[in-house]
Amino acid sequence: MSLSPAIRTAIAQAAANHGGPKAAMLEALKLVQEAEGWVSDAHLKEAAEALGVTTAEIDSLATFYSQIFRSPVGDTVILLCDGLSCYLCGGDAVRDAVMSKLGIGFGETTADGKFTLINICCVGGCDRAPVALVGPERKLVGPLTPDDLDALIDGKAVGGTP
Amino acid sequence: MSDKPLTGRARADRQPHSLAAWRGLGGGAGLALALKRHSPEAIIALIEAAGLRGRGGAGFPTANKWRFMRAGAERAGPGPRYLCVNGDETEPGSFKDRLLMEALPHQLIEGATIAAYAMGATEVIILVRDEYRAAAAALSRAIVEAEQLGLLGRDILGSGFDLTMRVHASAGRYIVGEETALIAALEGERPIPRHRPPYPAVSGLWGRPTTVNNVETLSAVPSIVEHGAEWYQGLSHTNEGGTKLYGVSGCVARPQLIEAPMGTTARELFELCGGIREGRALFAFQPGGGATAFLEAADLDVPLDFAHTKKAGSSLGTGAVIVLDDHACPVAAIGRHMRFYARESCGLCTPCRDGLPWVAKLLDTIEAGHGTRADIDLLHTHVQLSGPSGRSYCDLNTGALTPLRSGLERFGDIFAAHLQGSCPVGRA
Repeated sequence: MSLSPAIRTAIAQAAANHGGPKAAMLEALKLVQEAEGWVSDAHLKEAAEALGVTTAEIDSLATFYSQIFRSPVGDTVILLCDGLSCYLCGGDAVRDAVMSKLGIGFGETTADGKFTLINICCVGGCDRAPVALVGPERKLVGPLTPDDLDALIDGKAVGGTP
Repeated sequence: MSDKPLTGRARADRQPHSLAAWRGLGGGAGLALALKRHSPEAIIALIEAAGLRGRGGAGFPTANKWRFMRAGAERAGPGPRYLCVNGDETEPGSFKDRLLMEALPHQLIEGATIAAYAMGATEVIILVRDEYRAAAAALSRAIVEAEQLGLLGRDILGSGFDLTMRVHASAGRYIVGEETALIAALEGERPIPRHRPPYPAVSGLWGRPTTVNNVETLSAVPSIVEHGAEWYQGLSHTNEGGTKLYGVSGCVARPQLIEAPMGTTARELFELCGGIREGRALFAFQPGGGATAFLEAADLDVPLDFAHTKKAGSSLGTGAVIVLDDHACPVAAIGRHMRFYARESCGLCTPCRDGLPWVAKLLDTIEAGHGTRADIDLLHTHVQLSGPSGRSYCDLNTGALTPLRSGLERFGDIFAAHLQGSCPVGRA
């Protein structure tokens, strides 16, 4: 499916706001991803055309930034921090429990398409370690324990208030 | 007058104030004073007298940076001049700027506006990492509010000073926080570092004079203007001015952010965090984030400012204090950092692109008890080759190998014990 007129308009707007088409490439990728969940080859090409840049130029960003997904992801993306502070607070046990519960490793999506698990560091929640960012809002949840995972996977808040 | 100029006005629930509520707390006084009573040069002199140094890690004197920008702008002639706010906080252990952006967006906007006035910037761009969506949203809302009240835009508070401000939401990658990579990112280039010189103050964003300042640095500016250099200087325990937002994480009872006088000791910070976790003892700590050298129990009373921390053999960095207790194996801890830095290398320079994954692999092997003496020798070789001065475009590689260098020096016996298949300290 091709990009909606609304997204094309938003991409044009981004070029005006960011100081030109090239500087708006990342914003265009994010608009595509927000609408489609990830950035396919076809949509990448359309975004490039909408901005008047080459596909190679825009893909050079799409493949660099870790939060631009160039392959399909699940409905809910769980970004689990694997930084030192999380590790020191029991992050490995949480990681193992999440992987075992979902039956996937980092960079993988569950067979039912519901979850994608990605390792990330550091998400700036070291006072609540171990932490994860969950869903499109990148909601910070923690401190996580292996016993909390049901709540994490149900999308509920885990841990105390910040 | 608060002794916590950075966080004194934050709400307990960390939600941002409306602009009206912010002004009700006295917010905006610094900006009004700056525009009505001070020349740009006078503000720079005030920041210099206050002793404000950059809080992004390097500790460069803020007033000097702003003077370079004024000189660069003079040489470049008319046209846009940029202040970029570095809100890309991705160094392991660092979580201070998140609070300042989420809870106190108006304070940052005010600080950036005063800074732009002082250095002659015409546009401010706040780059926020993608993972801080609440922060980006709070800042975007706060900018709109400020525009509506005439605190941004044309002829701010009737002073004749014009300034535009916007948020640029990034999309991951640690390297984007490097000064020149950040500029490349804003231009839509692949965000890899650029060679200096030319320095950004001469040729930065789109070839125009540009300054990159950290969020915490700019957040300190409004209260310095409001209450004066002497007051700010007096908040500190040492001769480096003001307060510092220390983030203590790892093996303490209550990891947390603490705004404390510059030069507060680790002993004092750990006490505020309820001490080392129950039943454990301090093993070591990194005073300034993942790229700083380890300190130990003997260093607990070192005042954590730029000069004293350096004298103790480490650096203040971002003030992100990561604590290891006596069950935390340093080989495993350093390995964690190396995997992070290896993953986050932009790939431009060989020592970083190829060297860091190699180091991470060696550390995994040693941690698992399968290492040899030759592996440790190789680690030493990597450390020797990672020195600063021109071996790579930026400091990522040198910074990454700093904890390894320090670990090999301080905990060589523990590395050696791993070769025999045992670890004298337990796993975390």
